[in-house]
Amino acid sequence: MDPPAGTFEQIVLPHLDAAYNLARWLVRDPSLAEDVVQDAAVRALNYFSSYKGGDARSWLLRIVRNTAYTTMAACRQGVTASLDDDEHPALEIADTADDPEAALGRVQSVARLDEALAALPPELRECLVLHELEELSYKQVAHITGVPIGTVMSRLWRARRALIGRRAEGDPR
Amino acid sequence: MTDNECAEMRLLVQADVDGELSPHDAAGLAAHLEHCEGCTTLQEQLVSLSARIRQDVPYHKAPDRLRAAVQARIAAAKPANDNPPPRWRRLARPMVPFGGGFALAACLALLFLVPSGAELPDAVVSDHIRALQPGHLMDVVSTDQHTVKPWFDGRLDFAPPVKDFKAEGFPLAGGRLDYIAGRPAAALIYERRKHLIDVYVWQAPGRSDHDPDGGSRNGYNFLHWTKDGMSFWAVSDLGADELADFVKLWRAG
Repeated sequence: MDPPAGTFEQIVLPHLDAAYNLARWLVRDPSLAEDVVQDAAVRALNYFSSYKGGDARSWLLRIVRNTAYTTMAACRQGVTASLDDDEHPALEIADTADDPEAALGRVQSVARLDEALAALPPELRECLVLHELEELSYKQVAHITGVPIGTVMSRLWRARRALIGRRAEGDPR
Repeated sequence: MTDNECAEMRLLVQADVDGELSPHDAAGLAAHLEHCEGCTTLQEQLVSLSARIRQDVPYHKAPDRLRAAVQARIAAAKPANDNPPPRWRRLARPMVPFGGGFALAACLALLFLVPSGAELPDAVVSDHIRALQPGHLMDVVSTDQHTVKPWFDGRLDFAPPVKDFKAEGFPLAGGRLDYIAGRPAAALIYERRKHLIDVYVWQAPGRSDHDPDGGSRNGYNFLHWTKDGMSFWAVSDLGADELADFVKLWRAG
């Protein structure tokens, strides 16, 4: 349970950009994303004994992803808003995570690609971010998001269909 | 892309663009693309979208202060655990303290490492244990079911049944929103002497009703049943018999 300092840091710190990028795209708020990464790093330290070597980035990203979902759930509860008068836009986050269909509807009217990506439901958004920005394989994305490869494929397809189908894209399906 | 054959083809087209297709399948797809305009258009759209995402969508690099903060947190976490958590962690409190027992940590690890359907008992029991950590037990504290029930409205897209069994010795203590294995869930908290019972409720559309079955994990007993398209899990450190009595009461109430 208590691996030596150097080893853990050598394994985790090189993937901090990937961790922050995923957290940022999931919670969509810079300071909340930093909190997520910090907390995920501490969790990772706790679970370091479960790390069996190999793909460290996927191992860390899976923890970051689950931490981000816990945070988003806490925000959805409004707990952050009521107990912590910070700058975190908890309600904004609550807004889109609730209804995937409404979120997909919003995507249709967003002109800028990065904004459209941000408006996708989180389970679709994370697949695109991991595959396109992090350049991970279907298998790695499946491992990180905890779903079968087939689900990753269909989520990628739904995410891309929504982005291609936007009015801004000009030539919908 | 309404054509049935193409509907199946589109995931292949996508996999090809993503570099995930075996040479054999790629050859088959190439043959299809030669005479299918719809799939060829789709392929072009996917390639173009992929290029634009990589070009136009920002990759957020970790700020230097975050890197420093993570190093400080790791360093601080190792020798001792007396450092107070940052402000937001007091709210979500998803971590076991470092001094916590190995079993607890291992149990929590399950929550994050195996959130699949087959491991639901682990996820539910882990969440129950996590909820017992200070500050995370209840979002709404009320012994009145008419306060707890409306509290869930607007926070969930279904209406979990809320019942109180004070007269029978299982008073309702409050409610909480949770996120278990990737889905939002209502948690109802009941008291039994010094013990706590969590009843988790989430939507399970299309699932037929089934009577409770149960088991135990790490010394916690659980019972699971399905009714009216909702999945129910009762978890507690109460004895299995007493938990069964409670569930019987709950289902009859």
